[in-house]
Amino acid sequence: MKIDIILAGVGGQGILSIATVIGSAALQQGLYLKQAEVHGMSQRGGDVQSHLRISDRDIASDLIPYGKADLIVSVEPMESLRYLPMLSLQGWVITNTTPFININNYPKEEDLLGEINKLPRKVAIDADEIAREIGSVRSANMVILGAASPFINMDFSMLEQAVKNIFGRKGESIVNLNIACLQAGRDYAQKVK
Amino acid sequence: MQKLLLLGDEAIAQGALDAGISGVYAYPGTPSTEITEYIQHARQAEEGNVHRQWSANEKTAMEAAVGMSYAGKRALVCMKHVGMNVAADSFMNTTITGTNGGLVILAADDPSMHSSQNEQDSRYFGAFAFMPIFEPTTQQEAYDMTREAFDFSEKYSIPVLLRVTTRLAHSRAGVMLGERRAQNQIKLHPNPKQFILLPAIARKQYAELLNKQPDFIKASETSSFNKYIDGTDKSMGIIASGIAYNYLMENYPDRNCPYPILKISQYPLPTGLISKLVDECKSVLVIEEGYPLIEEQLRGLLNRGLHIKGRLNGALPRMGELNPNVVAVALGIKDTRGSEIPDIVAARPPALCTGCPHIDSYNALNEAIAPYGKGRVFSDIGCYTLGALPPYNAIYSTVDMGASITMAKGASDAGLQPCVAVIGDSTFTHSGMTSLLDCTIEGTNITVMILDNSTTGMTGGQDSHAFGRLESICLGLGVEKEHLRIMKPLKNQHETNVQIIKEELAYQGVSVLIPTRECIQTLGKRMKAKQSEKK
Repeated sequence: MKIDIILAGVGGQGILSIATVIGSAALQQGLYLKQAEVHGMSQRGGDVQSHLRISDRDIASDLIPYGKADLIVSVEPMESLRYLPMLSLQGWVITNTTPFININNYPKEEDLLGEINKLPRKVAIDADEIAREIGSVRSANMVILGAASPFINMDFSMLEQAVKNIFGRKGESIVNLNIACLQAGRDYAQKVK
Repeated sequence: MQKLLLLGDEAIAQGALDAGISGVYAYPGTPSTEITEYIQHARQAEEGNVHRQWSANEKTAMEAAVGMSYAGKRALVCMKHVGMNVAADSFMNTTITGTNGGLVILAADDPSMHSSQNEQDSRYFGAFAFMPIFEPTTQQEAYDMTREAFDFSEKYSIPVLLRVTTRLAHSRAGVMLGERRAQNQIKLHPNPKQFILLPAIARKQYAELLNKQPDFIKASETSSFNKYIDGTDKSMGIIASGIAYNYLMENYPDRNCPYPILKISQYPLPTGLISKLVDECKSVLVIEEGYPLIEEQLRGLLNRGLHIKGRLNGALPRMGELNPNVVAVALGIKDTRGSEIPDIVAARPPALCTGCPHIDSYNALNEAIAPYGKGRVFSDIGCYTLGALPPYNAIYSTVDMGASITMAKGASDAGLQPCVAVIGDSTFTHSGMTSLLDCTIEGTNITVMILDNSTTGMTGGQDSHAFGRLESICLGLGVEKEHLRIMKPLKNQHETNVQIIKEELAYQGVSVLIPTRECIQTLGKRMKAKQSEKK
C-alpha cells in the first residue's frame, strides 16, 4: 500500500486537520507516514500545501516528486489547480468548489469551474454548502476528506475512528457532526468515481 | 518504547529533553520555532523545571546557554540560520573556551527562502568555529543525533552544531523514543581559567581546539550516522549529506542504487571514507542541501584530476532546495511531471490579515508622508514587512533584525529627511534598542514607529519581551517625553493618526510613535480560549 497526497488550501483554512485524521488512521494500522507542512510567512493568507505520504514500507523523501502524487485534495477550487504539476497523469483531484477570495485578480467562478471540469479525473463538491446543511460550515474539511476517502486505500471505519479520537474531547455532538460530513462527502464521491 | 508522530523540530526537542537538558534558549524564527514551543508545552519540561522562556535575541540565548553549560548543566540553543549571524560573537568563542555541561546549538536553515531573506548554510559557521556538525537525515535521526550530540559535547568538552533545513524541521514522521536521562547537577569546571579568554589563555585554548580536530575527524570516520554503502557500478560514486540522502533514495524505490554511496551526517568530513569513494569510482556526484560545502572542499581551488558533479557544475541547481526530481535529473533518471498549471491560476502571496493593526498604521503613514515622496521608510523583519506589497507599497528596505532604525539613521545622516523607521515591538527589543540609543545620543532627525501588536506575530504569536515596557524603554534610552506618542491604529482614528505622524515628521529630532493594538490572530486565539473556559 502506498499513497501520496497533496493537501492544498489557503493559509488559515486548516488543511492540517485533514492530514491529522488520515495520519492518525495510518498510524493505527502500523503504516509508515511522512507529512511535510508549510509554516511561517505563507500562513498569512498565502497558498499553502502539505505533502502527505503513506506506505507499508519505509518512505524516503519528505516531498512527493513532481508527477507522482496520487491525489490532490483541496479545500479551495483555485488551489486545486496550482499543484497539477505534482499530480500523476492517472491521479485524481478532489476539490471544494467554494472559493476563498482574498486577492483582487481572483478568476471568475465560471471560468474556474470550467477549468476544473476539464480535468479527466476529479470530484468537485460544494463542501461548504453540504457542511452548512448538516450543521456547521466549519466541518467542510471533513466533507472534503470524505470525498477523498474512496480513493484512499484504507478501511473507512479507520477514518471514522480517527475522527472520533481527534474530536472526542470536543463532545459527542461535534463528533457526530464531523462523521456525518465525512459520510456525506464519501457518498457524493462514490457516485462520481 | 514509544513511537510518536513528530515534526523534525519536535524530534529534536524530545531528544534534548530525553538527553537531560536543564534549559532551552531561543528567539522564534522559522523554521526553528517549534522546538522551543514543544519544550514549553512538554510535561517532562515542567516536571524537570527546564528553562524554556524565550530570549530577547539569538545572542542572549546563546550566551545564557553557554552559561548553563559552564555551570555544568546541559543546554540547547535554537535559532534559524540568520539568527546565527546575531549569535556569532558568542558562538565563535565557545569552541575556544570549550564547554562543561553538554551544549548543542541548533541552526535551522531555510534553503529556497520560504520564510527568510537569504539561504545561508550554517555548516560554514560550524567549520568557521572548528565545531563538529551533526546533520540528521530523518526525524528518527533528528531525535537520535540530538541525544548523541549531547554525549559528544560532554565527551570532548566542545559544543556541537546541529543543522537541519526546512523540510526536515517541518515534516512529520514516526519516531521511536529511547530512555530518559536525568539532568546534570551543578558542577564547576576543574579548570575554569579556560573560560577567561585573555589573549594568553585564548592562544593556548585555540591550539588545543586545533589539536582536537583529528579526534573529531576520527569520530566522523566511525560514526554510525556516516555510512558507506557499496554499489556495483563504480562509474560514479555519490556523496549525499543530510536530507539530500532521502531525495537520492526516493529515486530507487527498491533501494537498489547501483552506485556506491557515502551518506554524511557528521562533520568534520570523514576524509578516509571520502578518499575510499573517490579512489573506487570514476566520478563523484555530490548532493547536499544548501551551499556546495562538501563539493567545494573536494574540488579545491583548481579541481585538477577529479571528475566531480554537483551544484557547481550545473548537474544540480546552484541555488534553492533540492527535491527528488532535480536529483533524478542529476542521476540520469527520467524526470516526471504532471500537467501544467492552467493560466487562470493567480498568485496568492501572503498578506496582512483582515483586521491587522499594521494596515491602519501603514494607511496613516502613507498619507502623512506622501508630500515628501517615496523612499523614506526603512522597515524591518516581521509581519509588517508585508507592507512592501500592494496596496500599501509603503517601505523602501527590509534587511535584518533591528536594521530599520539604524538604516534610517544613516539615510538621515546623509540628508534624506524626514526619514522613518518601522519596526515591530518584538524586533525592537531583539535588536532595535541599541539603534535607537545611537539616534538619541546624536539627536538624529528621525521618526521611529514601533508597531506594537504585543506579540511576535510572523512566527505564530510568541510572547514579546517588549510587552508593557516599550514606553519606559524609549524614555530610558533618551527619547523626549513630548516626542514619544502612543497611537491607536484603528480606522476611526485615521485622521488623528495622520496628524500625529505629520507633526513628528516635522520635528527635527528623535520621535518615537507607538501604534498599539493586539495582533488579530493572538486576540482571536485568546477569545477562543476564554470561550472554551466558560464552557
